[in-house]
Amino acid sequence: MKKSKSGYIGFKESRKIVKYNKQQIRYYERLKKRKHIPREEYLATMKNEDNVVEFDDLHTYFFTDTGTVKAVNGVSFDIPAHSTVGVVGESGCGKSVTSLSLLRLVQAPQGQIVSGSIRYKTKDGDCYDITKLPQDMMEKISGKEISMIFQEPMTSLNPVFTIGYQLDEVSLLHIEGATKESAREKSIEMLKLVGIANAEGVYKSYPHELSGGMRQRVMIAMALCCQPNLIIADEPTTALDVTIQAQILDLLRELKDKLDSSIMLITHDLGVIAEMADYVVVMYAGKVIEAGNVFEIFDNPSHPYTIGLLKSKPVINKKVDELYCIKGRVPSAVDLPDYCYFRDRCDMCTSACAGSYPEFVQLSPTHKVACHLYESKVLK
Amino acid sequence: MENQVENKNQTSASPKKPNAFVSGAKKLFTAGIPRKSLYDYEDVSPTEEELKENILIVNHLKKYFPVESNLIGRPIRYLKAVDDVSLKIPYGKTLGIVGESGCGKTTLGRTLLGLYDKTTGEVYFDGNNITNYGERQTNAIRKDMQVIFQDPYSSLSPRFTVGGIISEGVLVHKIVPRSQIKDYVVNLMERCGLQPQYYERYPYEFSGGQRQRICIARALAVKPKFVVCDEPVSALDVSIQAQILNLLRELQQEMKLAYMFISHDLSVVRHVSDSVGVMYLGSMVECGPTERIFDNPMHPYTRSLLSAVPVPDPRRKKDRIILQGTIPSPANPPSGCRFHTRCPECMEICKYKAPVYREYEEGHSCACHLYDPGYLSDPVGYKAAYSEADAVFAAFPSNVD
Repeated sequence: MKKSKSGYIGFKESRKIVKYNKQQIRYYERLKKRKHIPREEYLATMKNEDNVVEFDDLHTYFFTDTGTVKAVNGVSFDIPAHSTVGVVGESGCGKSVTSLSLLRLVQAPQGQIVSGSIRYKTKDGDCYDITKLPQDMMEKISGKEISMIFQEPMTSLNPVFTIGYQLDEVSLLHIEGATKESAREKSIEMLKLVGIANAEGVYKSYPHELSGGMRQRVMIAMALCCQPNLIIADEPTTALDVTIQAQILDLLRELKDKLDSSIMLITHDLGVIAEMADYVVVMYAGKVIEAGNVFEIFDNPSHPYTIGLLKSKPVINKKVDELYCIKGRVPSAVDLPDYCYFRDRCDMCTSACAGSYPEFVQLSPTHKVACHLYESKVLK
Repeated sequence: MENQVENKNQTSASPKKPNAFVSGAKKLFTAGIPRKSLYDYEDVSPTEEELKENILIVNHLKKYFPVESNLIGRPIRYLKAVDDVSLKIPYGKTLGIVGESGCGKTTLGRTLLGLYDKTTGEVYFDGNNITNYGERQTNAIRKDMQVIFQDPYSSLSPRFTVGGIISEGVLVHKIVPRSQIKDYVVNLMERCGLQPQYYERYPYEFSGGQRQRICIARALAVKPKFVVCDEPVSALDVSIQAQILNLLRELQQEMKLAYMFISHDLSVVRHVSDSVGVMYLGSMVECGPTERIFDNPMHPYTRSLLSAVPVPDPRRKKDRIILQGTIPSPANPPSGCRFHTRCPECMEICKYKAPVYREYEEGHSCACHLYDPGYLSDPVGYKAAYSEADAVFAAFPSNVD
């Protein structure tokens, strides 16, 4: 499925792509739509009992008319219990798709989890492989045990229903034996928990009557309604002002301790990561290129991309004359090269980089990096 | 061209006083605002020296939008988007404007450019008073002031090629002869980091960073002296942001441009600006040289804004001032100091009396009671001097009819 250099796809080639996509999509949809999926298929065992989620070599592809987009291309990392894992990367690096795969919300039928597994430990102690879980089981987990705070509070609330209605819906769906009254009480309690003073008033109002910060608080209230095990926050503060951002981050940190859950924080702002996260995962073009705890990543960034990312952001308490900039741009996700994806933009490129994609090198028990620069050092 | 220059000189020689003449349309538009509150300031025209040093001088600029009108359509309530802003931008320097969303920073930029009609206030541009310029005169100075908009996805016409977009202004303002336009544009595109073969392409073929480069090339094609950058990098990725910021800086040094850089990202503003103005609810609360603002902020709002910015250093102590609540609606601003509802150091006087915007150190101005000479010399007396009768009077704003 090679594309010509100009980006033009001929008729024959286009037909070929469409045929291939049809085949693939039909195969994966059939797998999903089976009526009785045996329990053994989706039961799994965690590698480490302390983790909530383990991504293991996850591949999520989009079968588009211009070719297969490998949005997530072999991602593996763990989310330990009671901690915050930050995922950083530029737009289009697959960080959002990773989180959507975890909730099985990838745009179907063109988007499919092709291979790999996501092991999740439920509150009851069972361990499931989310990629193979039947839809009805998934519905019990998503929203209840794993919940998500979306990027834009403006578009993720329904404008034609009141805040109260939308909040009640969560409790009515997920809490057994919930009545309208109990749901209402719960919703108002949640609104108070996220720091909304006029909870009764907000309960009755429509989303357009609230400011961006308030809407984001409502989204957080909605996500925390069922006391989830894991909260996925997908750029929760990107659309907000700095002062409101500080409020929301403070709130998230406080609630995480209160509810004893883990957070998967997706953002492109390294400042937010430094403040919130315990572990950091840096992604580039659908792959994890560096992972470690916060101190390791910020004190000793090892991958040239991480170094560039840290250097290219202007910092408020430092003045530099010229910002470092990473030259070029992210490679197209349709036909990725077989060497290191960052080679064409890298300043520290060596002869080894022409070879195959680098394997992970462990720099310390928690710190790993995928770069040829460090292979020789470890060997010595 | 000579005629135009003469015209300019004439207007600058005899500037019309703002309260001397109000046109019919303007009268209708500003109806309902007491004249006294509109022109309630000393009429200070800048000195010759100031005019020579600064490309742009703004005195007491106000922009009110009517939000409510009565039966016959006369506006009765206004949204004060920009309320009494004064600033100066020297030749070849950058003024950064920061503030939360809804504080009027974009409206300020647009009003300066003439994209909105100003309600009152004086604007001196390039040595001339342009306050009362008519349409023809405004068109003549348009080529000297340009703008780069925030969203590169919606500010480029999808029906024009890149070459068409960039050369349109060149054609209108007759910057170069028709025969040389293509060479000129291609040259400029290369300068802005766009390849010459992009000339015939359409905007949809480009990524965000490339589009922003097209916007920059379009703004610079008419050889402006002053560019308003309205959040030019906030829609872009971190690594692309750095590229665009570096490009803007290079072009500034090369073409001796003056920028007004509007952004909500304080770290970006610190990187690009020579001086910074902090806005809150339509008015300037603090303005001064970048180093002073960031190292020694005076106004409580600036201090809390600075402490709210996340710093990429996991070991930094998190001793930040977190402002409670959100920015109040500008259609119904609080009485007295507008920041008093969220201010961590609010005093009784702040609730009734608006602080005076004063210059404290050279070039560093601030509007806060904490630094008022009266307060500093005698804090107890200053508070006491403000009697209860004044408080009752001040609680009713004068523009409630």
